[in-house]
Amino acid sequence: MSLPPTQPLTVLKPADFASDQEVRWCPGCGDYAILAQMKKVCAKLGMDRSKTVFVSGIGCSSRFPYYMNTYGFHSIHGRAPTFATGLKLARPDLNVWMVTGDGDALSIGGNHFMHLVRRNVDIKVLLFNNRIYGLTKGQYSPTSEHGKKTKSTPMGAPEYPIRPISIAIGAEASFAARAIDVDMKHLEYVLERAAAHKGTAFVEIYQNCNIFNDGAYDYAVDKSTRSDNVVYLEHGKPLIFGKENSKGIRLHALTPEVVDTKIVSADDLLIHDEKAPEPSLAFLLSRMRYPDFPEPLGVFRAVDHEAYGDTVRQQNRDAIAGQGEGDLQSLLNGEETWSVS
Amino acid sequence: MPIIGNGALADCGAIPAKSKADATAGLTRSPSVSRKLQIANRKWIYMSAITNDLNSTVRRPSKPVTTLPSVTVRFAGDSGDGMQLAGTQFTDTSALFGNDISTLPDFPAEIRAPAGTLAGVSGFQIHFSSTDIYTPGDDLDALVAMNPAALKTNLRSLKSGGILMVNEDAFAAADLRKAGYDISPLEDASLGGYRLIRVPINKLTAAAAKDSGLGAKDIDRCKNMFALGLVYWLYGRPLEPTLQYIEQKFAKKPAVAGANALALKAGYHFGETAELFSEQYQVPKAKLPPGNYRKITGNEATALGMIAASKLADKQLVYCSYPITPASDILHQLSAAKNFNVITFQAEDEIAAIGAAIGAGFGGALGATGTSGPGIALKSEAIGLAVMTELPVVIVDVQRGGPSTGLPTKTEQSDLLQVLFGRNGECPVPVIAAASPADCFAAVIEAFTIATKYMTPVIFLSDGYVANGAEPWLVPDVSKLARITIAHPTEKNSDKGFMPYQRDENLARPWALPGTPGLEHRIGGLEKQDVTGNVNYEPANHEHMVRLRAAKVAGIQPAGPGMLHTGPDQGDVLLIGWGGTHGAIKAATLELQQQGVRASACHLRYLNPLPRELGQLIKNFKHVLIPELNLGQLRMLLRDRYLVDAKGLNKVKGQPFTIHEIVEGAQALLHGNVSAYEVNAPTNDVVPAGPPGATID
Ligand code: SF4
Repeated sequence: MSLPPTQPLTVLKPADFASDQEVRWCPGCGDYAILAQMKKVCAKLGMDRSKTVFVSGIGCSSRFPYYMNTYGFHSIHGRAPTFATGLKLARPDLNVWMVTGDGDALSIGGNHFMHLVRRNVDIKVLLFNNRIYGLTKGQYSPTSEHGKKTKSTPMGAPEYPIRPISIAIGAEASFAARAIDVDMKHLEYVLERAAAHKGTAFVEIYQNCNIFNDGAYDYAVDKSTRSDNVVYLEHGKPLIFGKENSKGIRLHALTPEVVDTKIVSADDLLIHDEKAPEPSLAFLLSRMRYPDFPEPLGVFRAVDHEAYGDTVRQQNRDAIAGQGEGDLQSLLNGEETWSVS
Repeated sequence: MPIIGNGALADCGAIPAKSKADATAGLTRSPSVSRKLQIANRKWIYMSAITNDLNSTVRRPSKPVTTLPSVTVRFAGDSGDGMQLAGTQFTDTSALFGNDISTLPDFPAEIRAPAGTLAGVSGFQIHFSSTDIYTPGDDLDALVAMNPAALKTNLRSLKSGGILMVNEDAFAAADLRKAGYDISPLEDASLGGYRLIRVPINKLTAAAAKDSGLGAKDIDRCKNMFALGLVYWLYGRPLEPTLQYIEQKFAKKPAVAGANALALKAGYHFGETAELFSEQYQVPKAKLPPGNYRKITGNEATALGMIAASKLADKQLVYCSYPITPASDILHQLSAAKNFNVITFQAEDEIAAIGAAIGAGFGGALGATGTSGPGIALKSEAIGLAVMTELPVVIVDVQRGGPSTGLPTKTEQSDLLQVLFGRNGECPVPVIAAASPADCFAAVIEAFTIATKYMTPVIFLSDGYVANGAEPWLVPDVSKLARITIAHPTEKNSDKGFMPYQRDENLARPWALPGTPGLEHRIGGLEKQDVTGNVNYEPANHEHMVRLRAAKVAGIQPAGPGMLHTGPDQGDVLLIGWGGTHGAIKAATLELQQQGVRASACHLRYLNPLPRELGQLIKNFKHVLIPELNLGQLRMLLRDRYLVDAKGLNKVKGQPFTIHEIVEGAQALLHGNVSAYEVNAPTNDVVPAGPPGATID
């Protein structure tokens, strides 16, 4: 008996995940960094290109699928969750990622986003939050700050922004995390965590639009200020930040407060628990916002909930086990037939 | 009209003659396997025979029996009176008995309109016959009116001299006021032209069920069964099917079952013993082609057709829908078919429903969504995406009265132009319309066949009348249904790699599924470069692609009949219709022929592309009349397409055509009497279907 020919195990490199299409974001756009990290994670996790699908809506971020050498579906504005849900329902074997933006997911697609998360469809969702409309050239978005001056709000946005992670957690997210485009290592970590999650994994990525909203995240990126303005979440660890870990977050009743770690011991600080069954703590963290608080980065919440498609398919299996596999002829005959001879 | 199930419509010339059916052959009931055990010991014998069930009455005609070829009855009452149930039971029993049947349920949009008011009236009309019939009947032979409001809204449909059974217990001063009567119509001479039969249904029901153990209120709810029992007696129908239904339905509530059964029997006895009726009637069974029959509604046939398509294509069905009247029953039916591995997805809105259906199609499933007119409006953008990405998906539109929320429970054919043109850009979509309730089965299979063969969304048009109406259906032999063959590529189709927009002889692109190694590709709503499918904005490419998409749809070859024809292919007047008006137009055409008119009818199942033979056919007639339940949408299309001076017979009352309306319309056209007909159209008519209800223009 001869041995089967040995197949060399193809190890894909990040470049193997690049499609042949020219990337057309503005030079300097934060999207490039995210694309690079995504390809890296795909290679690192040994993802099967043929089994991976990127689905997107409309906006700068939603061009993402064209640049990945996987299957891809660039759909219509705000509706990516619907296509992704149908695809995953039909094909549970596929590894489905969705790329969206603050306008796509939270404005025109707000309804679908909420229901995708609520159902816990097994899809990884990357929301590139640049707090502006880029593709339509610079109008304010649902995450733009109150008073933000843009082309459509010359006297300042009269609305208050919503916070993507608060929305996701309000919609019963089983996984919610945040990263920053230029913080490569951390972004890679968060993407890997998302990839490993079963159910909807929601990742908000702070993304710089250097054309229409440049520097929106300088406070969180700039070397001189960042340590005071962001706090990295680690499961089971106290929330400590600032230069030389000089500051911490303590819970006073239901309100977080910034304290000096020289005065307050680590045991009295807020200890992060991403697995807490109740989402209250994760929600509270999602409310912490610059400049009053450091903004948390990392995994806010990661709990086990049965994924939507699994429940649906189990019901079909149960029905088949209980009633036997359906017979078309008797279905057509129905409950009562009469024969004419 | 009974419909052959296997794709061919039982229409003029399309099936073998029906005369083979043996009128004397005994009717046997073949319950499905699931029910066989339950009723194995309950062989029953039908009408005017002695039953072997000792519990029930001996059914021997107690009065002279007159035989009628066909009868139309309407049960009308308050929404809370159970008229839909009474009507459905009468239909089931008549179908099992062997009549040809056609039904028209008519109910208010409000779940609970104020009791006793005109707005709250619910009706169910059944036409049952010993001959071939095509519609639920124009005028009523008998009307059951459970209250004054039902009497007022329905009386106009009753033939003069027709049987009018009223529940006299519901004619107190307050009831009369709610219906807008100053004096009781039972007391004045207004009902003199009918055979008025006053029955104290409340009192008799209460007396019949007094020992059932139920309270007065619950007993009162059985009065529909009393009325049904009485009508059963009048037409010599057996009680067993309904008794059996009651027993099963209320298996866990024996007291309720008992009270309903008592009321039903009491109604029957009342007919026998009271001196109100001098005779009984019988409608012999129809001579249908041999085979196994069942009763089916359009929504049922649509759901069954989808499941059949999934089996025939060996593909998972993923049906995505947002609840909407009158399409929701399709979602309900499919949700109960989990043992066929059907996946149903109740989406958060109409857009999500079609998005998920397209996503499922991208993944290789049979994706479908179902809705009504308002939902189609919301799905338009996504339908455009399916056109651009050339993915198969079936979109069911069960039309209802519009615009906006319109008349949710009433029928109309006013979405035709919306489904053909209601999208941005040059966006061609094939459109197939079912001609009758049972035709939904074959038509929806056709829709999936075309969607997968040509890689395109397909719109399947039904309507409220087709969806809720019922008729007998000759159940097809599954082994004889045509398979839907689908091939997915596994290899690259060019030296340069996989070309997702390279086309086959039907101009269809390959349906390459995610998960296939080497065929990774990206699709989306931006214009595609020919062959490669890459994003492309070049002017010449765009025009080429627009024309390619149009040519693909224009070149579709129907798998089943593209149109149904009645009569010779030349003559004086051609009636062209589409959708649920088929029965009325066909019956009208046959009647016109009997009147000596050289009339033919042609009914379009394909609205896009139009059947190729239509242009020539039109040229063979002096006049073309297009009856439609809208203001002339098909007429506009055909005038444009064939430069024909087609006339429209149009009605938008939320009700189907009567045969009479169409006959009159054709006669008016032939006699050049167009304006006379227009003048006759009543404007603020509360009567659901009163002739003449249509205008010609
Ligand atoms: S407009 Fe902004 S978000 Fe869009 S590509 Fe340019 S820099 Fe990036």
